[in-house]
Amino acid sequence: MPKYAMVVDQRRCVACMACVVACKKENEVPPGQFRTRVVEQVEGEFPKLRMELRSELCNHCDNPPCVYNCPTGASYKSPDGMVLLKKNRCVGCKACVASCPYDARYINEEKGFADKCTFCSQRIAEGKQPACVSTCIGKSRIFGDLEDPASAVSAALRDNHHDVLLASAGTNPRVFYIKKFGKPE
Amino acid sequence: MKFSRRTFLKASGAAGCSLAAYAALPEKFLLWAEEQGMLKASYVPTFCEICFWKCGAVAKVLNGRVVKLEGNPAHPGARGKLCARGNAGAGLLYDPNRLKTPLIRTGARGEQKYRKATWDEALDLIASKMKHIKSEFGPESVALFTHGTPTDHFLPLLSAYGSPNVGMPSFAQCRGPRDVGLELTFGEGIGSPERVDLTRSKVLVLFGSHLGENMHNSQVQDFADALAMGTKLIVVDPRFSIAAGKAHSWLPIRPATDLALMLAWIHVIIKEQLYDKAYLDAYANGFTELAAAVADCTPEWAAHETDLSAESIVETARLLGHNAPNVCLHPGRHATWYGDDVQRSRAIGILAALLGSWGREGGYFLATRTSLPKPESKPFPEPAKAPLNLGNFPFAGAEGVTQEIRRATISGTPYPIKGWIVTGTNLMKAMPNQKETIEAINKLDLLVVVDVMPTDTAMMADVILPECSYLERHDALAVGKGRSLSISLRQPVVQPLYDSKPGWWIAKQIANRLDLADYFPWQNLEEKIQAQCALWGVNYQELKKVGTITIPNSANPYITAEAPAEFKTGSGKIELYSKELKEKGFDPVPRYTRHPVPRQGEFRLVYGRSPVHTFSRTANNPELHELYPENEVWINSGKAKDLGVINGEYVVLVNQDGVRSNRIKAKVTQRIRTDCVYVVHGFGAASKSLSRAFAKGADDQGMITRYAVDPICGSTGMHVNFVRVEKEGVHA
Ligand code: SF4
Ligand code: SF4
Ligand code: SF4
Repeated sequence: MPKYAMVVDQRRCVACMACVVACKKENEVPPGQFRTRVVEQVEGEFPKLRMELRSELCNHCDNPPCVYNCPTGASYKSPDGMVLLKKNRCVGCKACVASCPYDARYINEEKGFADKCTFCSQRIAEGKQPACVSTCIGKSRIFGDLEDPASAVSAALRDNHHDVLLASAGTNPRVFYIKKFGKPE
Repeated sequence: MKFSRRTFLKASGAAGCSLAAYAALPEKFLLWAEEQGMLKASYVPTFCEICFWKCGAVAKVLNGRVVKLEGNPAHPGARGKLCARGNAGAGLLYDPNRLKTPLIRTGARGEQKYRKATWDEALDLIASKMKHIKSEFGPESVALFTHGTPTDHFLPLLSAYGSPNVGMPSFAQCRGPRDVGLELTFGEGIGSPERVDLTRSKVLVLFGSHLGENMHNSQVQDFADALAMGTKLIVVDPRFSIAAGKAHSWLPIRPATDLALMLAWIHVIIKEQLYDKAYLDAYANGFTELAAAVADCTPEWAAHETDLSAESIVETARLLGHNAPNVCLHPGRHATWYGDDVQRSRAIGILAALLGSWGREGGYFLATRTSLPKPESKPFPEPAKAPLNLGNFPFAGAEGVTQEIRRATISGTPYPIKGWIVTGTNLMKAMPNQKETIEAINKLDLLVVVDVMPTDTAMMADVILPECSYLERHDALAVGKGRSLSISLRQPVVQPLYDSKPGWWIAKQIANRLDLADYFPWQNLEEKIQAQCALWGVNYQELKKVGTITIPNSANPYITAEAPAEFKTGSGKIELYSKELKEKGFDPVPRYTRHPVPRQGEFRLVYGRSPVHTFSRTANNPELHELYPENEVWINSGKAKDLGVINGEYVVLVNQDGVRSNRIKAKVTQRIRTDCVYVVHGFGAASKSLSRAFAKGADDQGMITRYAVDPICGSTGMHVNFVRVEKEGVHA
């Protein structure tokens, strides 16, 4: 059983938003909603400035509060590690939206169910990369199987120091961030 | 008709009932039907035209509808990826605001009042006016303004008609001075896509160029690869751009002083003998004159001009020198800044020459030497009158100097210009000083605009012709001269919507009506493309399937012992000192001149790009509009505080001539110097037919009432206007 994960190499991101548009087109995300976004964060004072570019999406947490808080069992963790949603079970109660510490979910108002990044499971099933990864201009977004030591994600995590977002929330994200150069200590 | 899953199943089960009958089915339904295995997607390769990188794209089509676009892995400019705009290409195809039928003006010019017309009526009207102009004034009195693939159809039309007067804003309002500067130095330009060898650069320098925000697909891919591989990045920019955020050295230079920095770098590199002596001995002329000319350009002098420290200037110069020749001084793309732009490009070229980086790894790689035979065609008539589109500029390029045509249209000299055909460019947003553009348009007997969208310029036209989008048409084969030679096909992915027509059809129809049919001796463009493929030995059927073919063994990127460099300059060498410029009365070595600075309370207006927009042409695209609906004016936090302007509030820009902008949101930030403000170009549409883009954001071009013409090539420096920032509703 594969264990899917994403690595975001922030050194490579150029804030071009190709991922954001590709995701919206691939997954018909309604106007005004996003499954992924790119955050530009700048610190310091002119001219001593520092910038962080961080593309964010559902973390497909191994300890997912959205799944625990879903009263209907619509949200679930699939065996290959993806946090997914059975749309026909969802009643649009927003419990998951409220419980996600990453603001990764939205309610598809038109259809009345909660939605979020699915790692483009439909593409994975076809043997393709997720839409955002496939179009990522900076090759900043890397997707693959953690169980496979030869996969791009395994290699990236082996070779680089990495973090997760809000580690203290205890969610055990499956999306990892490479900020700095060099190997893990 | 409302579709539930059940009715659909019934419909598809009914004998002879094809899905094509439901072409208007919503996308989500189609995707669902695909999931259920009822529909099979087809994938059609073509190339993108949202910008001019021409990336190979593959369209996923379900039941006659484009549901997704992806990069073509076989295409060198795309490598399987599309930028945000390319991904949103179908937004143009399905934009409800598209031009749908030919339109003929009924109100006064600029009143935006039109009536629908048939193609025959519109084309007949154009042809009769063009005939009239030809007999009354001569064919030279019709001019063409063009950009992108429409040029392949309309330039032959203009030439066949007998006029030499073409003006492409891509020259005088963009790349012109860069190309001329490099041609004067190396005998050729850097091409598009630029032949910058980023992935092998040890040091990369960006002057104002904001890669990442300025999105050219494969080049930005290379940029990210270079960063990941540890290329040292120097960014010279008054603004802390995304690229500056990645830089090892950000040099927040005082605007309009770049040339001083470059001359100081040259000074240090010569003084400390960091240049590539063997390379210069073999390939360059004029070292002694150059050394003498920069003798006074010390880092201390430049520090004073540029507002950078002398130490940072020396340090970066050494970084360049120590990494020669694997240094890439990116010559930028939009180079029309201050009116001495050819000389600034020369300085970049001279630096590259000193470091020996032309034709070397990590510098500028060499263009493919492979070429394709030119198909035979009927020779065009020789115009009786000299072209007026080059003005008096000795080094104006063949793409023409747009504002010279505009000037002649207003003045009637050296001869009158009575008709404009405008294709693929939004002149109102591309050319500085809109008043002059409007004045010229008001002198015309005929203004035809061919476009997909009702742009500001289209809404000034006498006749508007709706071209179908790039996803619905054939265009000329794109021959890419990157590292290798490649050939790409643009083919219709879906049939044209509404009553829109491909550009080639429109040009041919006009030609037919002007008795110029001989110049378009094919039934349709596909026939011409097939003949070209046959001539070039390319399998057309294969090309249709793969979209792009790269000619094997056509790359020769670097100077080698077997293939030494050749320079097509007068002397056959790199010209550090330009005799050609000297002969025409210009500085043979670039010389720094001080430009005006903003007065108290004013800021220099600089503009640039957003990664999700291409000039003004994408402002109405639903998906891109959603991401960046209107531009913001970047203003330094300290200055904003003085003015009482808070982040996100609307302000108005007022330029030195009293012109007021639309309201625009203030982006109060530490990321910009105190002496300039920055906006993304292309907003504030005046066309009421653009429901999303109309009046959103401020039109930088409206503020650019002044421009500094480069006397060498005629390009218009457009970073020379000064604005005050006023709170909305406060009138001075
Ligand atoms: S993996 Fe798919 S759904 Fe998730 S952010 Fe990327 S494109 Fe969107
Ligand atoms: S496509 Fe890649 S490089 Fe561009 S913004 Fe998204 S993550 Fe960053
Ligand atoms: S860079 Fe983007 S907009 Fe330009 S041609 Fe490529 S995909 Fe299209």
